[in-house]
Amino acid sequence: MTLIDLANPTRFLALTARVLPWLAAATVVLLAIGLYQAALAPDDYQQGATVKIMFIHVPNAWLSMFVWGVMSIASLGTLVWRHPLADVAAKAAAPIGAAFTFLALLTGSLWGRPMWGTYWEWDARLTSVLILFLMYLGLMALWRAVDDPSRAARAAAVLTLVGALNLPIIKFSVDWWNTLHQPASVMRMGGSALDKSFLIPLLVMAIAFTLLFVTLHLAAMRNEILRRRVRSLQMMQASRVAFSSEMGTGSRGQNASNEVGAA
Amino acid sequence: MTALSALIRRDIRIALRVGGGALIGVLFFLTVVVLMPFAVGPDLALLSRLGPAILWLGALLASLLTLDRLFMADHEDGSLDLITMSRTPLELACAAKALAHWLAAGLPLIVATPVLGLLLNLDMVATGAVALTLLAGTPALTFTGMIGAALAVTLHRGGLLMAVLVLPLSIPVLIFGVAASQAVIVGPMTFGAPFSILCALSLVSLVIGPFAAAASLRHGLD
Repeated sequence: MTLIDLANPTRFLALTARVLPWLAAATVVLLAIGLYQAALAPDDYQQGATVKIMFIHVPNAWLSMFVWGVMSIASLGTLVWRHPLADVAAKAAAPIGAAFTFLALLTGSLWGRPMWGTYWEWDARLTSVLILFLMYLGLMALWRAVDDPSRAARAAAVLTLVGALNLPIIKFSVDWWNTLHQPASVMRMGGSALDKSFLIPLLVMAIAFTLLFVTLHLAAMRNEILRRRVRSLQMMQASRVAFSSEMGTGSRGQNASNEVGAA
Repeated sequence: MTALSALIRRDIRIALRVGGGALIGVLFFLTVVVLMPFAVGPDLALLSRLGPAILWLGALLASLLTLDRLFMADHEDGSLDLITMSRTPLELACAAKALAHWLAAGLPLIVATPVLGLLLNLDMVATGAVALTLLAGTPALTFTGMIGAALAVTLHRGGLLMAVLVLPLSIPVLIFGVAASQAVIVGPMTFGAPFSILCALSLVSLVIGPFAAAASLRHGLD
């Protein structure tokens, strides 16, 4: 089973129908283990119990960038290989990525209130995540602005790739901007400085959230495929109704209602 | 080469004549700057401190608003299809169109900057610094905005959607443009570092912009 075999939506639907329950079960189990371990993790000597927000916050932040990466690969699939499911994947990923980014911002600001004394700080990292969130919203607006999915797909693919090139530049320039205005007063956790009692639950949560994304993404892709089928069926039906009424059989209304009943 | 220079000359001529609307950008720029004192108060010291930021924001919005029409008019009268089908590579044609747009709509903004600097109580050196950073930075705005303009014409949607898509991409230019101007006015940073990064951003967008716009036109027009 290679990627090209999945080009057939029916085969994709059949495969995901088999895979999805297992994925969902694995997600639930890992999430339960991760949350249990996170609850058992000791309080930080400085932050107290608020350190536990980290176990939700960090996976969300990591996924907010990971999802854009997935969308970029899908966009390459749309523009280069013309894979029929690539634009479905890109479209389905955008709202999920936006949700993860929003949750990262939300949990971050909930953590910031007791720790920094403010919900929002124009810190470099916060600012670049906020810009990422804006770009997700812009992309979703682009998807919604055009009713023809294939036309919107190519435009969104170009924008996604430009965004992927621009995101490191934005990140770097926001870092520069922040150091200009205020010295780095924000406490940061170096990855290696993390104690094992925090690191293991964090890794479990990261894997669980990644699985959650994969599950949600596949489910959203299924929904998108079905939505497009419904759309094309509706359009076929509409053209049939229009065609039969054009023939002028005299019983237009009855014809149309027959069509609706048959569908 | 002659085809490209002909394209540039044609675009500039259209932009400057009646119905072109390139100079409306300058008028918009002036209006935004005039509005600022009403919003923040007529405090000259405050205005001179905010001056570079106000000028950069005004220039950013003005160049964005004029970009809306970059491909739209050509699409309406069919000449965009001719450009797409011609033997000249579409990437080069896009670059030429953006260059013409910058010459017709971007340069006037920079020429207007000294006058507006006067209104904002900026001294000679500060105004010169802002004008220089605008000269180095507005090509980046035009060439990234061109991507948005190409998307807008393929989607038959412009205006607000384009602004929402393009504005986040122009954040680095804004940061380094204002940083370089502030470096001259208040220090303590050196002018050179942010200014060279600003030039680098312009050069990068010079490369990326035409390719992305051409890809979007090629895939989107039918």
